[in-house]
Amino acid sequence: MSALTNLTIEEALKGLEKKDFTAVELTQAHIDAMEKHKALNAYITETPDLALEQAKVSDERRAAGNAGNLDGIPLGIKDLFCTDGVQTTAASHILEGFVPRYESTVTANLFKDGAVMLGKMNLDEFAMGSSNTTSYFGNVINPWKREGDDSDLVPGGSSGGSASAVSARLCMGATGTDTGGSIRQPAAFCGISGIKPTYGRCSRWGTVAFASSLDQAGTFARSVTDNALLLQSMAGYDPKDSTSANKEVPDFVAAIDGNLKGKTIGIPKEYRVDGMPAEIEKLWQQGIEWMKAEGANIVEVSLPHTHYALATYYVIAPAEASSNLARYDGVRYGHRADKEDLKDMYEISRAEGFGDEVKRRIMIGTYALSSGYYDAYYIKAQKVRRLISDDFLNAFKTCDALLTPTAPSAAFALGENEDDPIKMYLNDVFTVPASLAGLPGMSVPAGKDSKGLPLGLQIIGRPWDEEMVFKVAGVIENLAQFDDVPQLIA
Amino acid sequence: MSLDKETVAKVATLARIRMNDEELERMAPQLSKIIGFVEQLGEVDTDQVEPLANVVDITLALRDDEVNDGACVDKVLANAPESTQGFFVVPKVVE
Repeated sequence: MSALTNLTIEEALKGLEKKDFTAVELTQAHIDAMEKHKALNAYITETPDLALEQAKVSDERRAAGNAGNLDGIPLGIKDLFCTDGVQTTAASHILEGFVPRYESTVTANLFKDGAVMLGKMNLDEFAMGSSNTTSYFGNVINPWKREGDDSDLVPGGSSGGSASAVSARLCMGATGTDTGGSIRQPAAFCGISGIKPTYGRCSRWGTVAFASSLDQAGTFARSVTDNALLLQSMAGYDPKDSTSANKEVPDFVAAIDGNLKGKTIGIPKEYRVDGMPAEIEKLWQQGIEWMKAEGANIVEVSLPHTHYALATYYVIAPAEASSNLARYDGVRYGHRADKEDLKDMYEISRAEGFGDEVKRRIMIGTYALSSGYYDAYYIKAQKVRRLISDDFLNAFKTCDALLTPTAPSAAFALGENEDDPIKMYLNDVFTVPASLAGLPGMSVPAGKDSKGLPLGLQIIGRPWDEEMVFKVAGVIENLAQFDDVPQLIA
Repeated sequence: MSLDKETVAKVATLARIRMNDEELERMAPQLSKIIGFVEQLGEVDTDQVEPLANVVDITLALRDDEVNDGACVDKVLANAPESTQGFFVVPKVVE
C-alpha cells in the first residue's frame, strides 16, 4: 500500500505542515488508489480534477501561512450532501443528473477548513438500507473478506461507499448520515470508526432528506481523533436549519484523554438479545474489562422499551420519508416521464425513478399517515418514541455513557438477508434506539469474529455530550489495538 | 393486519406511484408483513404519554421578516426537466 494513503488525517496534517509532501501529492495518491479499486464501487461520481485543483489551492494557502484545520485532506462525501456544481444523486435514478447550484452547510464547513473532495460516495438509495444493495448505481463491496472465502461481502449501509472507501484507503475520511444506524453499522462492518453526533449538532441544510426528525450527519475515519477533527469542522449552528442547535462546539480532540476515572459506564441489559453470536457477547465483555482497566465503574442499566424501537422506527422513518419524497414529482428537478396528463406524469415519473425498497417505505409511510390510520400508527409510534427516549434519560441518571455491540453480526455476503425486509431491518437493532432518542453514538473497531471479520463496539452518550463518547472511544481504540487492514487495500 | 391488493392499489394512488397488477400482488404480502411487525406497538401502554415529535431541546428561532435570499431564477430552474421564460413547464392542468 502507498505510504501516503495509509496515513491518518492527524499524521497527514503534520506531514503537510512539515513539507514532507504536498496536498497535490497526497490527493494524487488517493486518486491512484481509487483507480485501482473501482470494483469496490464506493464512488458514484469521482471528481479528480476538482480534487487536484482544490489541493493546488490548498498548497498555496499553506505556503502563505493560512492553512485551515483540514487543509489539503482528501475526503469522500456521501452522495446525499448537495455539492455546488457536482452531481448529487442520493443513489437514486430519480435524481440522476441533478447538479445542485448550492452547497450543503456540512460540506461548505469542510471546504472552509480546506478539505479536498475526491468524489461522491455510493449509498443505499435515499439512505434506505443496511447493506448498500439498494443503490441505483450498483452494490458497494466491503474490502474485507472472510478467511479462506472470496465471497463479496456487503459494507453495511446506508453509508456503505463512505465506509468501504475509508477502510480500503481510497480517502482519508468521509462524511456519512445516520438515520437509524447508517454510520455506525457500516463503520463496524468495515473495521473503522464512525460517529453520529447528537441530533442538531450538524446542520441538515442541503442534505437530501430521508426522515427529518432522525437524519443527522456524521463522520468516518480510521482513528477516533480523525473523527473528532472532521466533526469539529462539520458541526455548528446554522440559521438555515431550524433544528440545528445554537450551542458552542466543544473541542472534541481534547476530550480524547484516556481517563475514565470517576466515570460510570452503563451496560443495558435489554441489549442481550436472543441469538446473539457468542463472539459478539465475548467482545462486549472484553469492552467492559477495558472500561474497568481505565478506572471506570460499571453498572447494569435497564432500557425497558428497547424491544419496541425497531417497530417504532419502521413507522416514523417511512412516514417522514413518504412526506419528504413527495417532492420528487418530475416538475422542478430529477427524472420526468414524458406524459400528456399531469397525474400520469407524476405517477410514472415516480414509478420509474424510485427503486423497490424506496417504494416499499413510501407505501408503508403513506399507509401509516393515511386517514383513519394516523393515530393508530404514527401518533402511537411517537408516543413509544417518548418512552424510548425517557428510558435513556433515566439510565443517564446513573451513568455517563452506555457501551453496547454496534451490530448483531459481522458483515454478511451479498444476497444474504435479502429474502425478508424484517430480517434486514434487524441489523439496526442496537443502533436504532439511540437514533430515536437523538443521542450521539459511535462505533469503534474492537476485535474480529472467527472468520476474521471486524466487529465494533458502540458508545452512546448523553445529548450534546460527544466529548464523553470520544473519551470512551479513545480508550477502546487504545486498548483494542485494532490495526488489522482489509484484504483489498490501496 | 393483512393488506389486500385493493388497499395497496389505493395507497399507491395516494403515494402517486404507478403500479401494475404484478407489482401490487408482489407488494401486498411485503407490506402486510411490515405492518404486522409494527403492530406490536399496540402492546405498549401509552395512555398517559405525549407524542414525541422532536428530540431537540431547543426552541425555534425567529428572524426579522425581511427578504434575505432570492434573485436566482436561473439557479432555481437549472435542473428543471422543462422550463421557459422563467417558469417550470408541466403538462396542461386546466382545459
